[in-house]
Amino acid sequence: MVSNRTEKAGGFGNILRTLLTNRFSSITIAVLLALIITWLVVLVMDAPPLRVFSIMVNGSVGSLDAATQTLQAWVPLVLATCGLMFTFTAGLWNIGMEGQIEMGAICAYGVIHYMTGTPTPGYVAITLASLAGMAGGAIWAYMVGLLKNYGGVNEIFGGLGFNFIADAFLLYLVYGPWKPEGVAQGSTKMIDAQYWLPQLPGSYLSLWSLGLAIVGILVVTFVLKGTYFGLKLKAVGKNPKASFMMGIPTSRYMLLSFVLCGLFGGLAGSFQVTGFLHVLRNSISGGYGYLALMVGMLANYQPLIGVPISLIFTALNKGATGLVIDLQLDTNFSGVIQGLLVLCVLLMDGVRRRLTKTFRGVQHG
Amino acid sequence: MQMLGHCIFTQWKEVELTKFVLTDTVYSDQIPVQYLWRRTFMRSKRLWLVLSIVLIAVMVLAACATPAATPTATSTGPFIYGMLLVGPYNDNGWSTATYEGGLYVQSKIANTQFIYAENVNTASNPSTTAAQFAEQLLQRGAKAIIFNSDDMKDGVLEFATAHPDIPVIWLSGDYAWKEGQRYQPQLTDESDIMGRMEYGKMMAGCAAALTTKTGKIGFLGPLINDETRRLADSAYLGAKYCWENIAKQTTPLTFSVTWIGMWFNIPGVTLDPSQVADDFYTNGFDVVISGIDSTEAVVEANKFRGQGKDVYAVQYDYKDACNVAPDACLGVPYFNWGVALKPMIQSIIDGKYTRQFIWQGPDWTNINNPDTSMVGFQKSAGLSADASTKLDGFISELAGGLNLFTGPINYQDGTTFLAAGAVATDQQIWYMPQLLEGMLGDSVAK
Repeated sequence: MVSNRTEKAGGFGNILRTLLTNRFSSITIAVLLALIITWLVVLVMDAPPLRVFSIMVNGSVGSLDAATQTLQAWVPLVLATCGLMFTFTAGLWNIGMEGQIEMGAICAYGVIHYMTGTPTPGYVAITLASLAGMAGGAIWAYMVGLLKNYGGVNEIFGGLGFNFIADAFLLYLVYGPWKPEGVAQGSTKMIDAQYWLPQLPGSYLSLWSLGLAIVGILVVTFVLKGTYFGLKLKAVGKNPKASFMMGIPTSRYMLLSFVLCGLFGGLAGSFQVTGFLHVLRNSISGGYGYLALMVGMLANYQPLIGVPISLIFTALNKGATGLVIDLQLDTNFSGVIQGLLVLCVLLMDGVRRRLTKTFRGVQHG
Repeated sequence: MQMLGHCIFTQWKEVELTKFVLTDTVYSDQIPVQYLWRRTFMRSKRLWLVLSIVLIAVMVLAACATPAATPTATSTGPFIYGMLLVGPYNDNGWSTATYEGGLYVQSKIANTQFIYAENVNTASNPSTTAAQFAEQLLQRGAKAIIFNSDDMKDGVLEFATAHPDIPVIWLSGDYAWKEGQRYQPQLTDESDIMGRMEYGKMMAGCAAALTTKTGKIGFLGPLINDETRRLADSAYLGAKYCWENIAKQTTPLTFSVTWIGMWFNIPGVTLDPSQVADDFYTNGFDVVISGIDSTEAVVEANKFRGQGKDVYAVQYDYKDACNVAPDACLGVPYFNWGVALKPMIQSIIDGKYTRQFIWQGPDWTNINNPDTSMVGFQKSAGLSADASTKLDGFISELAGGLNLFTGPINYQDGTTFLAAGAVATDQQIWYMPQLLEGMLGDSVAK
């Protein structure tokens, strides 16, 4: 019966079915759908859509300065995304990435704070700050893992809880012990220039942080795709019980994925201090933790796919700052586009899976 | 060995748990690195296709994008100057006042164009710094950049260092003050503008003291620094003077300061200013002087008045800030930024710009003259006729030379600020280290 109906639908039905069930055409449709909805939102906001898109492209890659700003902002996002690939692969939702970035920033700033005034060379201090940041992020993530493994606390709730604690700790530090003398202003004193990661002349981009981010991408991809560890982690993510039965120490692998994730988050946090803001302040994580979760989902947990997606997300963020100046739109508009992209891709993926299942059912039936 | 590696990775592609376990069990020896690399990075043709498409798309979009206007020395277009606003342009407070100052210059100097970016703060734009926003204004042709907030001090330093040839104007800053503690001699094109709001705050304190029936005045403070202590102290001095000398009250005045932690509300980071104002009003404080950049104090006062309570607020920053609830507002000490911005922008256009530190007071002949008075006080409907008359008398006294920063005055911790008869220097006032004796609240962050 169903088969007859499908046949009657003719060529158009077949084309539509093919488009919706093919992974790449499905993603293309999702992106187009997101663009159309964005277009409508822009029209509702009484702004010219083409100009909005032009400003966003121009603001993100339209000049050398814009492109370097985009790359600079891409570093922490791609590092956070890389870290999340470990926990995603292990089937874990590390919502605590924000807190891990913050702890990385706190530890990195702490090292520099206490080294300021000592004869320690700048590059040594920066290296130690980066390592401390990684350690801070890793420990913070490890605690979420411990809570999950031994306390039975779901990592989503544990991560959220630790985000709040990291936030509170950060605020305590910048309004308390690390506040500039006599002042409480929500940020610390700027670190001395010798503790800044070297930046490209005339730009805000540090080639060191960019280089380390690229190394990070390669390392994560290699570990997850090219080692037994990655393979086992994937098995844990797909079926922890079966993996355990087959001799994989599931708990240890989950904990390790948290630690590895935290290392990357912490490094991103340390770069926020040494490579970008040069202070410790509230909102130091820049929302990159949550954004990285969206990138990870959109990339279907593939590290290399996450690279261009995180770049596009960063470009959207950076491009949106021009909307404030030229059209007096809110910069959060980029968040609308990002959210729409994720929702549309997930929606179309759901449609694709459902249709594929139905189609197979028809064929088998 | 090569076959072995190949075998493993072929199975890997469509991994299923059982296959994986078998693979893992059978082949546990070391796999040649070249296979791992090839499998990881070289075999994903679709990935490289996607990457290439994205790269090409970005390049095409970049090529299609309209290039931003870039300033040129021979440009005959309008003189563009940009301003970074820490809050929204319509916050009815600090940002609105500075925004209006920018518009004022545009209306007074022909062939000028004012551009701005709003919400330049960490809460709204955590991944873009003030210096980066300034770069964007520069790309749009701005030939002078105005940073409107103390919160942007790092951005001013960063941007002015990177662009020593671009005039940078920092509202409320002090990098250009040679006698100041934060003087930055290397920023040769950076200037600072601030109004002597001490007078405005004294008027605010006086209006509050002439209105309060409970003798309890609250001060809704932002973050704690030299500027905010200076302004809170000024409000207290004005209130104390009017309470004792004009209202002729003999009971002690209660003056309590609560700092929220920032110039405006950031949920989860600052104290909620609405809640702080509520706490004042429910604890017997019938007038709250706002020191923050937004209008929570007067909005809450209006709410309490709707419940039958006789409470008021004094606003800050912007001349029309009381309009949100005129009956609940006694008045507002405000800035006319255009008064100082206009000559400075004109000097840049004329090529006569020199670095300046401007700390300009009211025009005592008419403190509300928008063309001459940097600081004014706009009364509101909540101020009674009697209090209004008395406030005018106080303003006349200030105009006549009354200086409330005259000793004896002690700091909050009891140490001497000014000995009897001593008059505070500008440095002592600007870099106010504490609240004053008689004030409740924190002098420094704990």
